[in-house]
Amino acid sequence: MRLDAKIPAGPLPQKWDRHRFETKLVNPANKRKYSIIVVGTGLAGASASASLAELGYDVKTFCIHDSPRRAHSIAAQGGINAAKNYPNDGDSIWRLFYDTVKGGDFRAREANVYRLAQVSNAIIDQCVAQGIPFAREYGGLLANRSFGGAQLSRTFYARGQTGQQLLLGAYSAMMRQAAAGKVHLYPRREMLDLVVADGQARGIVARNLLTGEIERHAGHAVLLCTGGYGNVYFLSTNAKACNASATFRAYRRGAAFANPCFTQIHPTCIPVHGTYQSKLTLMSESLRNDGRVWVPKTPGDKRRPTEIPEAERDYFLERKYPSFGNLVPRDVASRNSKEQCDQGKGVGETGLAVYLDFADAIRRDGRATIAKKYGNLFQMYDKITGEDPYTTPMMIYPAVHYTMGGLWVDYNLMSTIDGLFVLGEANFSDHGANRLGASALMQGLADGYFVIPATIGGYLAGTRFADVETGHAAFADAERQVSERITRLLSVSGSRTVDDFHRRLGLIMWDHCGMSRTNAGLAEARTLIRELRTEFWKEVRVPGSASDFNQSLEKAGRVADFMEFAELMVIDALARQESCGGHFNEAFQTEENEARRDDQNFCHVAAWEFTGEESDPRLHKEPLSFENVQLTQRSYK
Amino acid sequence: MNKTINLTLKVWRQKSRDEKGRFETYPAQGISTDMSFLEMLDVVNEKLTVEGKEPIAFEHDCREGICGSCGSMVNGRAHGPLKGTSLCQLHMRHFKNGDTLVIEPWRARAFPVIKDLVVDRSALDRIIQAGGFISVNTGSAPEANSLPVPPLSAEKAMDAAACIGCGACVAACPNASAMLFVSAKVSQFALLPQGRPEADRRALGMVRAMDACGFGNCSNHRECENACPKEVSIVNIARLNREYLHAGFVSHER
Ligand SMILES: Cc1cc2nc3c(=O)[nH]c(=O)nc-3n(C[C@H](O)[C@H](O)[C@H](O)COP(=O)(O)OP(=O)(O)OC[C@H]3O[C@@H](n4cnc5c(N)ncnc54)[C@H](O)[C@@H]3O)c2cc1C
Ligand code: FES
Repeated sequence: MRLDAKIPAGPLPQKWDRHRFETKLVNPANKRKYSIIVVGTGLAGASASASLAELGYDVKTFCIHDSPRRAHSIAAQGGINAAKNYPNDGDSIWRLFYDTVKGGDFRAREANVYRLAQVSNAIIDQCVAQGIPFAREYGGLLANRSFGGAQLSRTFYARGQTGQQLLLGAYSAMMRQAAAGKVHLYPRREMLDLVVADGQARGIVARNLLTGEIERHAGHAVLLCTGGYGNVYFLSTNAKACNASATFRAYRRGAAFANPCFTQIHPTCIPVHGTYQSKLTLMSESLRNDGRVWVPKTPGDKRRPTEIPEAERDYFLERKYPSFGNLVPRDVASRNSKEQCDQGKGVGETGLAVYLDFADAIRRDGRATIAKKYGNLFQMYDKITGEDPYTTPMMIYPAVHYTMGGLWVDYNLMSTIDGLFVLGEANFSDHGANRLGASALMQGLADGYFVIPATIGGYLAGTRFADVETGHAAFADAERQVSERITRLLSVSGSRTVDDFHRRLGLIMWDHCGMSRTNAGLAEARTLIRELRTEFWKEVRVPGSASDFNQSLEKAGRVADFMEFAELMVIDALARQESCGGHFNEAFQTEENEARRDDQNFCHVAAWEFTGEESDPRLHKEPLSFENVQLTQRSYK
Repeated sequence: MNKTINLTLKVWRQKSRDEKGRFETYPAQGISTDMSFLEMLDVVNEKLTVEGKEPIAFEHDCREGICGSCGSMVNGRAHGPLKGTSLCQLHMRHFKNGDTLVIEPWRARAFPVIKDLVVDRSALDRIIQAGGFISVNTGSAPEANSLPVPPLSAEKAMDAAACIGCGACVAACPNASAMLFVSAKVSQFALLPQGRPEADRRALGMVRAMDACGFGNCSNHRECENACPKEVSIVNIARLNREYLHAGFVSHER
């Protein structure tokens, strides 16, 4: 395996233009002869499907949900970044690029991030034209707000439902193409394997979730837009169906998996409150624009928050980071909250929470203004906890939220398998070791609307395709393996449920491969995961049959993949003997407990190659070279 | 504060579209009042699984009230008793110890049952295909601020756009009409200047698709508005009617 990032030559600002000029084009009349399989209908998949169909390609689009509109992107709350500089506060493409590279703790590719910042503005144009009801100022022009890791306002938003609105925009565009017969939709299908023939990705094997039928679908290229793997921790802010199966199966077929240990723990989530809990709820980062984070100064102070006088409160983020205050990046905010709780200053019944207080903002701006900005989030908080954030501070705690790691891709978004492209959260490319708020939506749409339509043509025009239809041996082989695995899952007939195993796996990962990691803990986690996996295949109980609608079977397949994938995360975390962004190894920290990078030895992307079930994966390194920014110790002081 | 309650569930069980369904009774014991309704179902399902029975099929994903996956009738009300709340956001603190809950799937001709509480809502996607979009290809958009939109219009458009496509409005309507769903999309675009060029075509196309999918007519029962977890208003239906009439009389799209 050779990693060639294919970064175009030339100065950073000109790379993308130059690359598009140098990329081969597919003649308009020939586009319809190319059939493209898109797996996933989140922001990345829906925008790619629509845009490729508009260009004339024949697109087949798959998703797990009953409707493509329900993809996990729908849940994104806070907003999407762009370098429009409407507020005139000094923003530029260069600054968005710089903030993103720095926010990612210098573990992302300069060229990719620069391109992301370059296309960010066109995304906003596109979304407005689609009728997305972004927030506006009195004069009718677009409004902005701030997000973590930035000292200016560049985030566009539609109340606390930005992801919903952006996804519905992309979904609508895709449905328009479906009506035109250019996108063929396959909802309620789960991709269970990738089909690689003669070294090229040529199709997928999917299960029809209604009938249980195993289907074969062939094409000239496959786009994985299947989202992140945060659910490996069981409890996360991700929707329940989010999974690693599509990317993990592709990894097993030869696609390198990059930086799997880079996970993002989001600082502002509703704390865990019971063992039955099925998921965690995010309280958008936008709340940190107006909410102030604090704990009591004295450990064990059990008074009600309103009874604790100002002088006895520690606004620890404002105190430690005066220039960014409550808007430090997520990894920094999360670690600091954990640190306060570890010192016994946590609040609430479990002591695993800090306050996010709006009293000052309400006093300053009035309740109505705050309600307009965050009304639906406050309401959601109230519904879940039974407490009113207008009168009593919210309680929040960090939770697993996003995964920066993903399949390795080159500048064209192509993985190490020819013809397999990876978009959105499923790839690793733009966020380094920590993602800044409001950048995932930007990246998903950049990949789908603007990058892939330009790069896929280069691959198609420059490749000779053998005649591979669904009768090909590679399809038969993949289908056989898929069916065997399903039979195996159903035949264990043990005594413990899939969720039971998933919860236990989640705890292992949270304890040892979560917010803070140690070499001993990681080594132990590896043993524990292996033991749990063995137990899973002896003890799991999957009711029902393979030939109908069977939600337990769906879950079982995903959890079985998580059991293998979790080990890869731990291996990667152990190999990276430094701290950076969301990967915090306690042995590598500065005197002020910040992550200490080791640029000498770890300024690279770690890309893992599958070598078989019984052997360890092989590590390949893509060195990261920074020609335009200077590597520094990140400071938000 | 954490408290537990015991409930009796009467749940609709139906193996597949073609088989007949029936109610089954299950105890739900030791349910924490901090649980969500779906977490309560999870607990029941875990127990059924361990006992070697098939768990109750129900749809869910985000569990945050935004994806529109979840939903069933609870004691005859779509998404249960709490106004403006989807089933996943309904918490058990709103029920009393000893309550009996009757849980059924959405019932509508256009939403055939797939299994237990899961129904086929693909008709809603077909309605969107018939015009629930603004025709703008990627790359052809003008600069975003070149078209100011009065903030009040943007706010009203957002109120309509908040629809999560769960189908509760259809389930709650005595005629199983999808007018609230259709009107929300038509209104979102009708209120924005970007949506005007295709307004006539959109209203006609989506209403025709709704009829073709087997949804009923609106006769102003207002049940939809009461059931909507996002509290989308029937003002939107009035707007749709205006748009539709206008399109029918004056447009070239007839
Ligand atoms: C609560 C929450 C709030 C967030 N808020 C923000 C925010 O304010 N700003 C921001 O920038 N980012 C935010 N994010 C992050 C952002 O929402 C996601 O990173 C992004 O939406 C991912 O989009 P995607 O298209 O890559 O994948 P997804 O939206 O996750 O879509 C994945 C798709 O793949 C399909 N799929 C998966 N596996 C298979 C399979 N095996 N077979 C077939 N189909 C499959 C699914 O059905 C789905 O259609 C938030 C995330 C969460 C959890
Ligand atoms: S599960 Fe998404 S709305 Fe209820």
